[in-house]
Amino acid sequence: MTASSPDLDRQLTEVEAEIERLRRLSREQNLSLDGEISTLEERAEALRREIFTNPSPWHVVQLARHTQRPRLVDYVSALFTDVLELHGDRLFRDDPAMYAALARFQGQPVVVVGHNKGKDTKENIARNFGMPYPEGYRKALRAMKLAEKFGAPVIAFVDTPGAFPGDAAEERGQAEAIARNIEEMSRLRTPVIVVITGEGGSGGALAIAVGDVVLMLQYAIYTVISPEGCAAILWHDATRAAEAAAALRLTAADLQALGVVDEVLPEPFAGAHRDPEAVFAEIRDALRRQLGALREVTAAELVNRRYAKFRRLGVLHEAGGPDGQRR
Amino acid sequence: MLNWLRRPKYGSLQRREMPAGIWAKCPRCSNLIYRKELERNLRVCPKCGYHHRLSAEERLAITLDEDAFAEFDGQLGSADPLQFAGYPEKLDEARQRTGRPEAVIWGEGSIDRWRAVVAALDFYFMGGSMGSAVGEKVARAAEHAREARLPLVIFSASGGARMQEGILSLMQLAKTSAAVGRLHDDGVPYVSVMCDPTTGGVTASFAFLGDIVIAEPGAMIGFAGRRVIEQTIRRKLPEDFQTAEFCLQKGLIDMVVPRAEMRQTLAGLLAFFGGPRREVQEPAVSPEGVSAT
Repeated sequence: MTASSPDLDRQLTEVEAEIERLRRLSREQNLSLDGEISTLEERAEALRREIFTNPSPWHVVQLARHTQRPRLVDYVSALFTDVLELHGDRLFRDDPAMYAALARFQGQPVVVVGHNKGKDTKENIARNFGMPYPEGYRKALRAMKLAEKFGAPVIAFVDTPGAFPGDAAEERGQAEAIARNIEEMSRLRTPVIVVITGEGGSGGALAIAVGDVVLMLQYAIYTVISPEGCAAILWHDATRAAEAAAALRLTAADLQALGVVDEVLPEPFAGAHRDPEAVFAEIRDALRRQLGALREVTAAELVNRRYAKFRRLGVLHEAGGPDGQRR
Repeated sequence: MLNWLRRPKYGSLQRREMPAGIWAKCPRCSNLIYRKELERNLRVCPKCGYHHRLSAEERLAITLDEDAFAEFDGQLGSADPLQFAGYPEKLDEARQRTGRPEAVIWGEGSIDRWRAVVAALDFYFMGGSMGSAVGEKVARAAEHAREARLPLVIFSASGGARMQEGILSLMQLAKTSAAVGRLHDDGVPYVSVMCDPTTGGVTASFAFLGDIVIAEPGAMIGFAGRRVIEQTIRRKLPEDFQTAEFCLQKGLIDMVVPRAEMRQTLAGLLAFFGGPRREVQEPAVSPEGVSAT
């Protein structure tokens, strides 16, 4: 199953396109193709069952990276109104891989930040496949500090393979930019809600993901290293990525069990790209509930709770006594 | 200043095993060095100045006042939360080799009698990688520094987050960054010293968040690995890319300090911060009232 998962998904897309084509043909030419269509529908249904009854972690990785998955711009236009995009870090340049905006969510002012993957190759090249440079993280931080100043909640959308691993990014302090964001987010005196929509690629994701609430789509992933990178380092064999995907426990269900994710938002059968409106509705509902709850909490209490939330993550072993006891 | 040559080694903990032999070969200049001379020179090559990597124990021994270190959480290590294949064996091997449960030591000590909370990561323990326990100990060190209002000094030497604990390792970036963030809120000084190598998740969290960031000469410092960058940009990187000197030139760190001057530099910083100083006769203090060693 693992190796053929992307193939199954491709087959399903092809079969669905063929059904659509036959339906149109039958309508336009007034032909009776019911037999052919129902055969194909059975085939599509069988493929869906095969894929989604129990998707392997590696298949979930493919879904999280699916090129037709909704992108940041889709979420922004579906969920927010009065959107004013902000640009630049005031230091070096505007990084198109990172998005920042002032907006309204159901009338309430919010600040939106997020990794900005493209919808096609051309957009992806322009936006560096959603892999920010330090100036991207600094832009996001600038927007989040504005949110704090204006008392607006931050809503952060995470979808990145990781921070860009290039020489210029290193020279401008990629590590420092990520570290600074994590630190500043941990004590931002305004509510922060994180939505992991696609790929949560390590430090490059966490740099905008220190939230009071972390929401995650069912087929998104969140991981310390890509499965390919993990397999290459541990076993010197990148082709064992499927194995690494399982070992890393990177699916939404795994992460919820580990306490890293607060709420898993269900996706339509066969993935978010098959019914984006349903996904928008899920996110809208979760944001409304979570923002409502966080509005009741004072800024000081928010910061304390956020600190405690990340402080307790990890599993320890103490040889000389119970956990947490000093020698 | 105390006499470097007479300083006894940090006695209570096992030293990293050295290969037998009177001569050591410098990995950089390939010269043969009389091993005792190398030790006297704080394991800096007398010929080319190469700073050999140190274990956490060696680092504390050459940095802190003698008999002045009280370790905390000395029995605390990581578990295997993901049941990751091969991880328990790797942990066991590292524990047996180092005689210690984790890749970091932290406690209270003093440098030229200036008291501080000090932590040292150890590259010889699974590449100094940060899993749950390393993150926990760094966070506890920061929290202790905040409560005791003592400056925090952390020596980093790490390949980054520990893969075998998956997302929980990534979460240690948040835990440690939040903990040192509280020091900034409360005016408690924090000095970060990056030793060879300091890369990945450790740079993207507490190591780059020092009020003062220092590096040892020649230390490799960076977020992404050299090979990954070369594959991404399809170009060879210059020799000095991601060295301490490169980072200094790019404005990423405050200073590059040779090992022989590190103690003096840190003492100078701690004096500038004006933190508490031990009396000459005062023994090391720990909350339990027991000094380690």
